[in-house]
Amino acid sequence: MITLFRQYKSLQFILLLVIFYLLNHFIAPSDNNLLWRLPAALSWFPLYINDSISYLMFEWWPIDVYDPDIEEFEEKPVVREITRVLSGFILFLIEFIRELILGGVKTIVTFSSWDWATANPWAKWPGLPWTVVAGGATILGYALAGRGLALLVGLSMSYISLFGQWEPAMQTLSFVLIAAPTSVFIGLMFGIWAFKSKTVETILNPLLNMAQIIPHFSYLIPVMVFFGIGDHAGAIATVIFATPPMVRLTLLGLKKLGPEVAESGMMSGCTSFQLLTKVLIPTARRDILIGVNQVIMQCLAMVVLASLIGAKGLGIDLLIALNGLKIGAATEIGICIVLIAIVLDRLSLAWANTQVDYFTDLSFVEKHKHSLMFLAVFIIGIALAYLGQFIFPEGFNYLYIVPHNKGISIAIFLQSGVDWIWDTFFFALKGFNEWLIISVLMKVKGAFLGMPVIATFTLVMGVGFIVGGIRVALTVGAFLLFIALTPWWDRALITAYLMSVSVLVSGIIGITLGTLCAQNAKSTRFILTYCDTFQTFPSFIYLIPVMMLFGITDTAVVIAIIVYASIPALRYTVEGLLSVPQTLQDAGTMAGVNRAQRWLTIELPMSFPHIALGINQTVVFALSMVIIGAMIGTDDLGQLILGSLSDRNGVGNGLILGVCVACIGLAIDQILRTWANQRKLALGLN
Amino acid sequence: MSLQDTTPSSKEPVIRCNSVYKIFGDNASSMLKKANGVVEAAKFQEAGCIVGVNNASFDIHSGELLIIMGLSGSGKSTLLRCISRLTDATAGEIFIDGEDILKMNNKQLIELRRNKMGMVFQNFALLPHKTVLENIAFPLQVKGMNTNDSIDRAMEMVKLVDLTGREDYYPRQLSGGQQQRVGIARSLAIEPDIWFLDEPFSALDPLIRKEMQDEFLRLQSVLHKTILFVTHDFDEALRLADRIAIMKDGVIEQLDTPANIVLNPATEYVRKFTEDVPREKVLKIESVMDPYTPNETLSDFTVLKSAIIETVAEMILNATLPIAVVDDAGLTVGTISAPKIVHVLFGHNEKNRGENAL
Repeated sequence: MITLFRQYKSLQFILLLVIFYLLNHFIAPSDNNLLWRLPAALSWFPLYINDSISYLMFEWWPIDVYDPDIEEFEEKPVVREITRVLSGFILFLIEFIRELILGGVKTIVTFSSWDWATANPWAKWPGLPWTVVAGGATILGYALAGRGLALLVGLSMSYISLFGQWEPAMQTLSFVLIAAPTSVFIGLMFGIWAFKSKTVETILNPLLNMAQIIPHFSYLIPVMVFFGIGDHAGAIATVIFATPPMVRLTLLGLKKLGPEVAESGMMSGCTSFQLLTKVLIPTARRDILIGVNQVIMQCLAMVVLASLIGAKGLGIDLLIALNGLKIGAATEIGICIVLIAIVLDRLSLAWANTQVDYFTDLSFVEKHKHSLMFLAVFIIGIALAYLGQFIFPEGFNYLYIVPHNKGISIAIFLQSGVDWIWDTFFFALKGFNEWLIISVLMKVKGAFLGMPVIATFTLVMGVGFIVGGIRVALTVGAFLLFIALTPWWDRALITAYLMSVSVLVSGIIGITLGTLCAQNAKSTRFILTYCDTFQTFPSFIYLIPVMMLFGITDTAVVIAIIVYASIPALRYTVEGLLSVPQTLQDAGTMAGVNRAQRWLTIELPMSFPHIALGINQTVVFALSMVIIGAMIGTDDLGQLILGSLSDRNGVGNGLILGVCVACIGLAIDQILRTWANQRKLALGLN
Repeated sequence: MSLQDTTPSSKEPVIRCNSVYKIFGDNASSMLKKANGVVEAAKFQEAGCIVGVNNASFDIHSGELLIIMGLSGSGKSTLLRCISRLTDATAGEIFIDGEDILKMNNKQLIELRRNKMGMVFQNFALLPHKTVLENIAFPLQVKGMNTNDSIDRAMEMVKLVDLTGREDYYPRQLSGGQQQRVGIARSLAIEPDIWFLDEPFSALDPLIRKEMQDEFLRLQSVLHKTILFVTHDFDEALRLADRIAIMKDGVIEQLDTPANIVLNPATEYVRKFTEDVPREKVLKIESVMDPYTPNETLSDFTVLKSAIIETVAEMILNATLPIAVVDDAGLTVGTISAPKIVHVLFGHNEKNRGENAL
């Protein structure tokens, strides 16, 4: 009997489900029963964090600081002083780029004073006409990758300008242009450090895992406490959020290189610095570039959220539009954000692929072709802006800047389109919405909330045990225990319910669609392009269409999650199926399998470990979307995190809530990854 | 009778290895100290150590081509990496032009590599983001040479390895053979005295390999580098080497000229390698000729001492009298007769047949 059990994991699973069911059935809800809910033993923890942070910020290690306003030394806590200086520095950089494009006085004020700037109204940075910036960006695109990219950049910039989003878009851009390079630099440094030192790698690994799953919101709160609110705080939160993937991919890329590459560099006489900068990093370029790409994506995903702590730009406008249910306006702004994301993405890729031609003997004009082109654009643009004063006498010089909301707008059409959909499909949509909420979502939610804590533990730890033995069971148990001891177990169950429903559907969609698309080369290419494109969209964008169709309901959130989270499931399925070795396929063909047999007996078993990693990503995507769904209005952990954002003492709560979300993700990650690795080992993959 | 013994080497060897050990594992050096120079692989393995190189001692002289031959895991590449100090030997001394490189600091080592050493790798190890030309110019540029000079020099190297017209290609656009030509050009760009080649032709198809070996011989006949060449291909070793070191489990089983290894294998292991070697294709007349006694009656023909047996066998076997063996200057240095050829080519098989008949 026991040996039978050891051999058949499915039997173990059945037994586990039976126990789970019995526990579910026999333990009644009651406040005193420890088997039903654990006491919130960790409720002191958020307060402790609050106290520690305020001590750190306001009392610890006071130093004397000279205050020029009162011309005296003053005692200030060192941490606060450090964060203040750092904030000032970052803010200056952002303002500098911003004023380079849009004009202003703040940069000049930094080097003089407000009084002086007010007294000398001529001392004002003029800003560039939009035509010059757009033209410059287009030339950059041309210089890096020729006409195609130039066209893309030019059209995108024109769209942004003509639709009257120039000013907020440039504010956003200035913020991304500081945050993204900083993230890339820091990520690269840490990645290299971890590559050089095993100890650093061991320390960084769990931190990176955690950082990837903790929701964006949770970063905002401590940043707000340490750095206040404003563009700099948004930039810092963005850097913190965008750096981990860069570290991870740098490390991955460097580790993938064989020893010969490093050896060839050493034998060429490289110093260790040359080895790193000229041999290792460029050779690992592919992975590092994916990292850069991810950083840009994360930065733009943060654009909207950073506006919650005061970052200016498109984010705040989008937030306002969404809050007012102005779908048309939101769509226009959303497109701007996506365009910026795509343009930056392509430009950075093209930049990394540039090459030098050593032999062409160029004339001066050819050598400085691009600079000369820019000079021409610069002069023409300024001339046009000057002429514009006479063409548009009523005050808006469209050739200098298209003022906010004074551009073309198709918002009205979009809005009427939305209204039309509402009018036409009202009953269908409403019917579907109600059916889904009442017959599916509410029931699942009820079931999740009706689970005694002991049943949840048994199920999750049981699965962990069956998959990976006692070690995995204890690890996932520890993650659950942390959540169970906070006051938010029920909220966590709601998060888990939203996530489970969506992951289930996403997984099914992803695997089915992925399998269908992997059948021929054309559809494979199509679906991979689809994944690439949709992955560039900041997660927030997905909320726009679903809110349009389903209003402020759980349905909207669930559907947004499903659309967003099926991307990794799709991609990993296609990749997994494509990576099945040709010899195995041939062996199958010669054994005479038909299409379905091939899929069931060869392709699926071989690719399933990879697909499982895709599901793992799906979970991460789903969790981040669930939390962002709080913006639409859910009643899970995300809503509480959003709430603590506006709470003076929200740091502790926000952080612990974030860790709770991360614990859910990490528990699932632990199980799926262990299983996938075991299967890979068993199948001799890698 | 070996060629090497007859060329006096009064000069200092370019590379000298003195009891070099390389043992992988955490407590390798302490175990080695206790072992007092006598390393038994099995004992070390029990303690979790793997013996890579076991007591290697030899000299390589200027212009000499030494091939280290061994199967995978024999420690041949490890030995090469000890000498280029890509890994640090656990014990022993390695002198390059009289300087112990194990005592060099990082700066001296980089200096040495920038000026004296070049290395070719099995899987080419070209930089994927650089063109052919940039790859070849790379060692010059890290040395600090300016772009124009380094590109000019790299262009000469492109011509040397016959890649003209492909200097702007990326490695991925080249065939394996072409990529290795780039690897060779890169390793020669700084005009090194010492040239390391780590299984340079192993990743290539047989026909390309043959072609690259010819190319290599052509280059060496022009350049006269001191070469340490690692291969697992015995035929390749016989074809190219001045001397061959055969390694097994980290130990050098025999180090000798190709002819001596074929004719007098030192151990059973070496004999197994030499068994199936077609001797007529490997041996030169000089390694099998008899001493010349004046007044001997010889036939009218002569053969060059450097001729491969195969190329002159028909003439010798058809001659009734022994034939004079002459050197490049035309002086008679020995004689060769048909029975001797027959004995060298078939004698070692005779013994087997006798045993079988019993």
